[in-house]
Amino acid sequence: MLRRWKGGVVTTVCALCAASVALALVAIFAFLCLFALPVFMDGQGFAVIAGDWKPATGSYGVLPMLQASMGVAGIALVLGFPLSLGICCGMNGLAPSGVGQMFRGLVRCLTAVPTVVYGFAALFLLVPLVREAAGRGTGLCWLTASLVLALLVVPTMVLVMEAGMGPTVERVRLTGAAMGLNRGQVMVHMVLPLCWRHMAGAAALGFGRAMGDTLLPLMLAGNAVQSPGSPLESVRTLTAHIALVLATDSRSGTYGSLFVAGCLLLLLNLAVQLVLRVLARSGAQFRGRT
Amino acid sequence: MSRVISIRLSTYRDRLVRAAGHAFVVCAFVVLAQVAHAASPLEAFKGMSGNLDIAGGTAHIPVMKEAAKRIMTQNAAIRISVAGGGSGVGVQQVGEGLVAIGNTGRALSEAEVAKYGLVSFPFAIDGVAVVVNPANPVGALTAAQVRDIYAGKVTNWKALGGADRAITLYTRDEASGTREVFDGKLLAKGAVAASANVVPSNGAMKTAVAQDAGAIGYVGIGHIDTSVKAPVLDGMVATQENAANGSYTVTRKLYMNTKGQPTGLVRAFIDYLFTDEGADIIRASGYIPTGR
Repeated sequence: MLRRWKGGVVTTVCALCAASVALALVAIFAFLCLFALPVFMDGQGFAVIAGDWKPATGSYGVLPMLQASMGVAGIALVLGFPLSLGICCGMNGLAPSGVGQMFRGLVRCLTAVPTVVYGFAALFLLVPLVREAAGRGTGLCWLTASLVLALLVVPTMVLVMEAGMGPTVERVRLTGAAMGLNRGQVMVHMVLPLCWRHMAGAAALGFGRAMGDTLLPLMLAGNAVQSPGSPLESVRTLTAHIALVLATDSRSGTYGSLFVAGCLLLLLNLAVQLVLRVLARSGAQFRGRT
Repeated sequence: MSRVISIRLSTYRDRLVRAAGHAFVVCAFVVLAQVAHAASPLEAFKGMSGNLDIAGGTAHIPVMKEAAKRIMTQNAAIRISVAGGGSGVGVQQVGEGLVAIGNTGRALSEAEVAKYGLVSFPFAIDGVAVVVNPANPVGALTAAQVRDIYAGKVTNWKALGGADRAITLYTRDEASGTREVFDGKLLAKGAVAASANVVPSNGAMKTAVAQDAGAIGYVGIGHIDTSVKAPVLDGMVATQENAANGSYTVTRKLYMNTKGQPTGLVRAFIDYLFTDEGADIIRASGYIPTGR
């Protein structure tokens, strides 16, 4: 009786917490839309998203920033995901146990490193390297930002993957061994298919983290407002744009574009989460049937 | 072009002198009063209390914040709030009586003075210098060359007598007062190539230019050190002294504005920035104190 009562209280508290978080999110989104609305109504319509960024001529399009955000986070994910997967597999028996333990410690250390440290280190170590390797430009570019962001999102992704992979490996190890599979085969044929959802979750979180980060693109991507053409070109992400423009006159169109940028960031993240959720679910069903 | 700039500057200066003329007379008395009890200039705030709201130009913020911090540390009964918003907001808010001091990075227009009855106090000079990497052999540039470089017409240092190396452009963010001076006074509102890198502070500008052999950028004069090199610009050497005596012209003055003659706490705050301690704060923020 008491236990059921306790359970009820816990459930209620959890539900309340979840509801308040959801409400806060909805409120943030509503406020962003509310503030962004005058910019859309101000005769510009959807030019604020698709147009050029030329504040001098009253054109406040944030499309180049949107492309840059997706590009920078996309490359970071492409680089960071295999790395995370490798580390996670290493931690779960594919590497000698000493190395696996080392990976575990390393990932824990990485989670504790503040972004600004990555930024500064990259500014003095990676940027000159990229500049000289490219033979042109400043080294402050799409590639540099993506490389460091990849490093930033690795611990997040490893932790999410590990949450699924760790218990699964424990569960299927004996079964796999009984079937005569070695560790690598168990990983590829049993563990990874069973952890499909966690992989998708890790990717979604990694992408969100990479796209939401402000300091690294601000310090490393160069911040020029142009559509990303080559990875060696300077680009400005939505987050860096917000940081750069925040202190301007709060009644200008430049300032209004911040709310549009905020809305887009939120929508984009939401879309990626939804797509990956759907993928994960259909993937899980698919695996379940075969 | 430099002549156009200096002509514009002299009309600017005339207007300033007229606008601030009667303010100086009143200020003279206050200076005398302060000499009388010379101790710490913060003594002037003893026994005072109340709120002081400041808004406007973003370039002023570091100076205002530091002064406010020192005053509030010494006298807990005084609350000073400092907000940004830009020069336009500064004029509007002080004119409408929403704040006691409205900061501007430009002299007030005749219309603004007439409409609101504002009194201006210029307290600092904000000079901006073009900087390049210390290893760059180019030692002198003209304003026209700088404009061509930033417009993307000149793309290699070779064309300017330097090494065969691509020029990489660095500019500042939209909210930057330094950029405002650079765009207005040196580029004369000329275009900046879209490929220019944008850095968020004077410090970040120095780091970027110090590391990149092909870089060109600009910083507030107070920020120049050995990590960057300021080439001679149109024959003008960018130093604090030259900016103060008017022989370096890529400058602007920073103003505090009040509605009518200030009294009480507002008066004391403005006077504080004209003391030696105030001048130190102004210098520490990278500007040049004008004195009374």
